Amino acid sequence: MAEALLEIRELHIGFEVYGGTLKVLNGVDLMVREGEKVGLVGETGCGKTTTAKSTLRILPMPPARISRGEILFRGADILKMGPKEIRRVQGQGISMIFQDPTAALNPVFTIGEQLMDAIRYSNSQEALGRREIRARAIQALKDVALPDPERILECYPIQLSGGMRQRVCIAMAIATEAELLIADEPTTSLDVTIQAQVLRLLGNLVQEKEASTILITHSLGIVREWTDRVYVMYAGGMVEAAKTREIFARPLHPYTQLLMRAVPKLTGEGIAEGIPGRIPDYLNPPPGCRFHPRCPYAMPICAQERPPFFPRGEDHQVACFLYKG
Amino acid sequence: MRLLIFLARRLGYSIFVLLGLSILVFLIARVMPGDPARMAMGPRAPEWVVERFRTEMHLDKPLYVQYYYWLRDALQGKFGLSIYTRRDVSQDIGEFFPATMELALFAGIIMGVFGIVLGVVSARYANSWIDNSVRVITYMGVVTPAYVFAILFLLLFGYVLNLLPTTGRLSPGVPAPPTRTGLVTLDSLLAGNFTAFFDALKHLIMPGIALALGGLSQEARITRASITENLQRDFIALERSQAIPERVIMSKYLLKLSLIPTVSILGLDFASLLGNAFLVEMIFNWPGMSRYGIHAMLTKDLNAIVAVIMIFGVIFITVNIIVDLVVSWLDPRIRLGAERAK
Ligand SMILES: Nc1ncnc2c1ncn2[C@@H]1O[C@H](COP(=O)(O)OP(=O)(O)O)[C@@H](O)[C@H]1O
Ligand code: SF4
Ligand SMILES: [Mg+2]
Repeated sequence: MAEALLEIRELHIGFEVYGGTLKVLNGVDLMVREGEKVGLVGETGCGKTTTAKSTLRILPMPPARISRGEILFRGADILKMGPKEIRRVQGQGISMIFQDPTAALNPVFTIGEQLMDAIRYSNSQEALGRREIRARAIQALKDVALPDPERILECYPIQLSGGMRQRVCIAMAIATEAELLIADEPTTSLDVTIQAQVLRLLGNLVQEKEASTILITHSLGIVREWTDRVYVMYAGGMVEAAKTREIFARPLHPYTQLLMRAVPKLTGEGIAEGIPGRIPDYLNPPPGCRFHPRCPYAMPICAQERPPFFPRGEDHQVACFLYKG
Repeated sequence: MRLLIFLARRLGYSIFVLLGLSILVFLIARVMPGDPARMAMGPRAPEWVVERFRTEMHLDKPLYVQYYYWLRDALQGKFGLSIYTRRDVSQDIGEFFPATMELALFAGIIMGVFGIVLGVVSARYANSWIDNSVRVITYMGVVTPAYVFAILFLLLFGYVLNLLPTTGRLSPGVPAPPTRTGLVTLDSLLAGNFTAFFDALKHLIMPGIALALGGLSQEARITRASITENLQRDFIALERSQAIPERVIMSKYLLKLSLIPTVSILGLDFASLLGNAFLVEMIFNWPGMSRYGIHAMLTKDLNAIVAVIMIFGVIFITVNIIVDLVVSWLDPRIRLGAERAK
């Protein structure tokens, strides 16, 4: 079995806001092995983006506060790294594609300026010359099938369509040849008509580069097609982790089961609203298992203790007291 | 090219604005109570002298004819005679205006530079004691009128500590440098006369800072707010995730974007600075436009009133064109948006 590239253990993150602390991440566990494609699914607001950003140490602090946990990248704790080490991880360890490319690009600088700085500073070992950086930038834009890359370098984000902006962001992420690529709902903010195109492009690039990948998405269909393993997240914690085929064949956690059932059978797309109840309030989250107010099988212990991951067969874990012992 | 089109269009608009302004001021000055001919000739002048003056100044004609005469002369740079100084208004303004301009420019530079620097420092050390003090001080700066600062400075640094001169532009013993720009500091530098330069600078400090503080505080607060807000944005997270050093993110990516609201409001702050200059000039006995302007109002010196206001109108428009140029240089969304709208 391949070694762990990234391992998040017991991560707790809160956001200090007016009126208290939003206790968002509640002991997140996640592991990505070398070369593995991992899916991360869960409703909006469950903490997927927060988890992803924490691995690059780019959460805005304040308001974010990491109260507990570790994030190991090749065994070294990202949360304890000095400036040099963390920059090495940011440069060539992990790169991320953001949910909304319009928010992720600086509106007052050209694409070229931003893309070339990304390339320049990601390569911390060798200092690249201007011409080399420019050549790599143009190659990166070609890799994401953008026409006329020379012209796009001179453009400001406002001059590009949403789909083109996301291609630029993908170009930034792959240009640095990081070992782990995190794609955070890379198509949710795009027009429905171009979502498929961008996804196909990203899919091909991921296959080609053979980098480890975390794909965050709403779409179970894409997870099924692309990933080796899946994490299901609910209200700031992982509730189930298993091989992709296994989880679709044998979902164990009550939340996963509801999630699968909520999916319209034919299209296999999207997480529907068919689950009763709402995501809990992070100011006053329910004690114990955060799913217990909505869980059809809730027991007394569920309101008192937080269920840890219980192993169930090879590479299958469930955070639910139904599977204790 | 794009710049030339922008400038041409702005100048075109400005002409209309100035025309409108001149009509407005022209009318208001003339409907104010009081007979300007009588006021000019004095209460004991015989009626026929007053009548003759009225005819000479076209004050007996209908308003639109008067305006026509005024406009015809104004286009040739002639603003008529002042009935108070009995001299050409343009000449009067040439004499008083540079003093006001020197004070306003000095205050404007202090306002812009220190406002931005304080805002950046405050944001950089957000929620530390530095930031908290800056926030308290700038809050006081925003709510306190310039003349209050002027009087406080005058009492404290002028009389109690006796550190700085309290009146005029130069100390009595210091000979004035030959006039080239009319700005004493600049003229002394051009003449290589450093004694006069430092003396003039000392005279500028108190009125200049008193004038600058309100706008400076506003700029600092806006800069701080926009930096801290932009720090939360996703593109900062993306830039950080690309191992771009923090100093590059701060001084390049964050600063350019965050200065847009600050620069946008500089034009307005400069306008209110010019307005406040009236009282501050009075307090420091500064030989600028304020004394001239106020006297013109009180004596119903029609030509002087209109000319003073037109001068301020031109300055206001110029400053705003400069501000717009800088903003559209900072913000491609405005530049490109305007282009697309064509
Ligand atoms: N900058 C922030 N300030 C305050 N709260 C935040 C911030 N970012 C995220 N949160 C909170 O964290 C929760 C999870 O957000 P996020 O990680 O973006 O979820 P997801 O990506 O799964 O939709 C949200 O409910 C939100 O309230
Ligand atoms: S731990 Fe209890 S409440 Fe939570 S999912 Fe399992 S049965 Fe439901
Ligand atoms: Mg998200």
